Amino acid sequence: MYDVIIIGAGVAGTYIARELARYNLKLLLLDKENDVANQTTMANSAIIHAGYDAKAGYKKGKFNAPGNKMFDQVCDELDVLFKRCGSLVVGFDENDQRIIKELYENGVKNGVPDMRILDKKEVHEMEKNISDAICCALYAPTAGIISPFELAIALAENAVDNGVTLKLNTRVENIYRLEPGYKVVTNNGDFETRLVINCAGVFADEICNMVTKPNFEIKPRKGNYFILDKDMGDMVNHIIFQCPSDKGKGILIAPTVHGNLIVGPDSEFVTDKNDLATESEQLEYVKKTALLTSDKIQFNKVIRVFAGLRASSSTGDFVIEEVEGAKGFINVGGYESPGLSSIPAVAEYVVTIVKNTGLVDWVKNENFNPRRRPVVRFVELSKEEKIEKIKENSKFGQIVCRCETVTEAEIIDCIHRSAGATTVKGVKKRTRPGMGRCQGGFCGPRVQEILARELNKNIEDILYDGENSYVLTEQTK
Amino acid sequence: MDYEIVVIGGGPAGLAAAIEARKNGVQKILVVERDRELGGILQQCIHNGFGLHVFKEELTGPEYAERFINELKENNITYLLNAMVLEITQEKEVHIVSPNEGYLCIKAQAIILAMGCRERTAGAIAMPGTRPAGVYTAGTAQRFINMEGYMVGKKVVILGSGDIGLIMARRMTLEGAEVLAVAEILPFSGGLTRNIVQCLDDFNIPLYLSHTVTKVKGHNRVEGVTIAKVDENRRPIPGTEINYDCDTLLLSVGLIPENEVSKTVGLKIDPKTNGPIVNEVMETSSNGIFACGNVVHVHDLVDFVTEESRRAGRGAARYVQNQLDNSVIGFETIAGDGISYIVPQSVRIENVEANLDLFMRVRNIYHNVKLVVKSGDKVIKEKKKAHMAPGEMEHITLKKDELQQIDGSTLIIEVKEEG
Repeated sequence: MYDVIIIGAGVAGTYIARELARYNLKLLLLDKENDVANQTTMANSAIIHAGYDAKAGYKKGKFNAPGNKMFDQVCDELDVLFKRCGSLVVGFDENDQRIIKELYENGVKNGVPDMRILDKKEVHEMEKNISDAICCALYAPTAGIISPFELAIALAENAVDNGVTLKLNTRVENIYRLEPGYKVVTNNGDFETRLVINCAGVFADEICNMVTKPNFEIKPRKGNYFILDKDMGDMVNHIIFQCPSDKGKGILIAPTVHGNLIVGPDSEFVTDKNDLATESEQLEYVKKTALLTSDKIQFNKVIRVFAGLRASSSTGDFVIEEVEGAKGFINVGGYESPGLSSIPAVAEYVVTIVKNTGLVDWVKNENFNPRRRPVVRFVELSKEEKIEKIKENSKFGQIVCRCETVTEAEIIDCIHRSAGATTVKGVKKRTRPGMGRCQGGFCGPRVQEILARELNKNIEDILYDGENSYVLTEQTK
Repeated sequence: MDYEIVVIGGGPAGLAAAIEARKNGVQKILVVERDRELGGILQQCIHNGFGLHVFKEELTGPEYAERFINELKENNITYLLNAMVLEITQEKEVHIVSPNEGYLCIKAQAIILAMGCRERTAGAIAMPGTRPAGVYTAGTAQRFINMEGYMVGKKVVILGSGDIGLIMARRMTLEGAEVLAVAEILPFSGGLTRNIVQCLDDFNIPLYLSHTVTKVKGHNRVEGVTIAKVDENRRPIPGTEINYDCDTLLLSVGLIPENEVSKTVGLKIDPKTNGPIVNEVMETSSNGIFACGNVVHVHDLVDFVTEESRRAGRGAARYVQNQLDNSVIGFETIAGDGISYIVPQSVRIENVEANLDLFMRVRNIYHNVKLVVKSGDKVIKEKKKAHMAPGEMEHITLKKDELQQIDGSTLIIEVKEEG
């Protein structure tokens, strides 16, 4: 019997798994996908929000600012790129000015430090490429940028290295109550556990409904994004939001931790929880709106468009609690923005809930190692370090991905780590071949070959991404 | 380790440039190739049609490449494989990494850029719909099929009628796949006429002009593609959709010169060609750094790449031998009505060998027009053209005596109605 089963290996599930690994518990982390971080964690704005826009009095408002503060430490421990570049909410008119003032006041209530309202001159001194029509801004220096899936992957790796069992390709089909605990029925076997933590993203309501009557509903909201090539990545220095509206936090433009520019998202409710299709009209809307912030965004430098789903709850807030009438069943639902920003604080809170259930023995794991073996990012090394690395391992001299300068050694390493890559996209998420301007056109075949060799599989059996996402059909005649 | 000339790229451009520099007396030449073998993209172009201009015979891509690879080896020109150039500097240091050689920093007297081009992707055209496996650029599919020996799908729709797309329509058909349609957003194909006839018409593959993909379907692997007719602003027209059940979408939607290395040294890039601005000897905005082939502008025939690269090889040789006159300021070539770009962008008559070849692409389909070369209001040359299309590169040769007629700082070429 497991002490805790965590359903969903996105950033919430992986973070909570790692936090629970600090205690001597038997832990199982499940995901229906063949890789961690394959859904909402894979496709979002990649922002660590400062915490001024989540309403005070809501869980979103409560956890965001404290969560934000904790990112330096966790990213240092796990060797994940994180940059506290700060954010600006820009205003164009008096109405925006009023909104910005409200955000500021709300931020103060939420405990957001060091915010300032900037006048026109100040904001244009900070950002040279933004529209002259911008007359004011809310500056929040604590906001940051991160790669959410790289964080979740690092968390999963560290969790597994600290004793968590990770089962992928494991879809929860039903959950039965035991006395005490639960039986989790999956396509990959049945598992008994004292506690369940439901981190199933857009499917969290369905998982919850397996043990109790519906108490919240996930209404997924889709957002479309553009990623632009790196020569656009430094056109702004901060995350720049337009003022929030009923459509979300407002279209943003922001540098990414890897030096690209991200532009998006719009917001539209969809009915299908698997609907990740980009929509031309929506992208056009994103583009038109973003150009109001800066007409210097060159959309001919786009290298990728994508859409992601936000797991919006019918309650309008995170649903983080032990379900009434279902002892030991804990929801982490409605986990949309600022879910990523809040997660370090939320995970701590969830650990307290687990402890307070009294269902498990609470003993510290003395062997817990918070640090992940550092990742070599060849492209970021100095010349001397590059020379050293190639001397150590000649595969650091083999550049596989020419756009992002990724070496064969890095790819091999990401395959063999705990919670390692098994698919072409898995490699792309971890070390970036395919993320660049050629989108894997040149390196795709090489990555496929390396995966086949390292995993001792036939090259035809290497998938691009999820189940049935085959790349090759058969040998030629 | 010092070289007189370092050539970046061992495809057709780099090979021809290196060999030509050797023939012009340069001893220490290094060719740096990032792939496992020399020859570049030619190695995956196993169809024929190469060499008609240069060799007056029809060769396959690998055969065409082999002639140059053999000549390179006969000339004992040094080359590195699996070697990636990370950076070049103003001092003409070339920073290279390779598994065998480690990190090399090579000082060159001249550099020739010959990195070729890459394909425009689904992301770059903001393809609507899902992002499953089964969407390939035509060149990637070509690599899988012709070099790795694996098929990539069974039922195929192709977007874009560039030459690689057309070639792949035939190739996939011959390998047993069913090519359902080729959609082209423009009202005309960007590919060579001979490829439309030999690769589509001969196999009854329909070409839908003024059509584009409006939706990719399928979560994990492509399950279907919708195409629709577009209006004159390239917007899909509702009600004109055609749905295809297919497992593969190939893209042949343009090529982009690969100038990331050029940008590390701050070369001026022509926004029309996406390649470095070059002069009459294919020298870029930085003295002693030359460029040739698809890294400068996308060619339709490799034969023209070879000719241009030989010019770059001679230019680099003359530079190394101090035979180029860098003191003079030449004239600029200006793309006039109907012309999208001209290469070279600037010319110093003093350095022109015998004749000056100007390469250009037109913006539209034209019938019975003429290309007019003007200096100020003075017409220097006219060339009648029965047919011109953006997919076929045009060229005009100016003889020395014609060049002498140029006064002022510009030369304009434009398309004019006949008569």
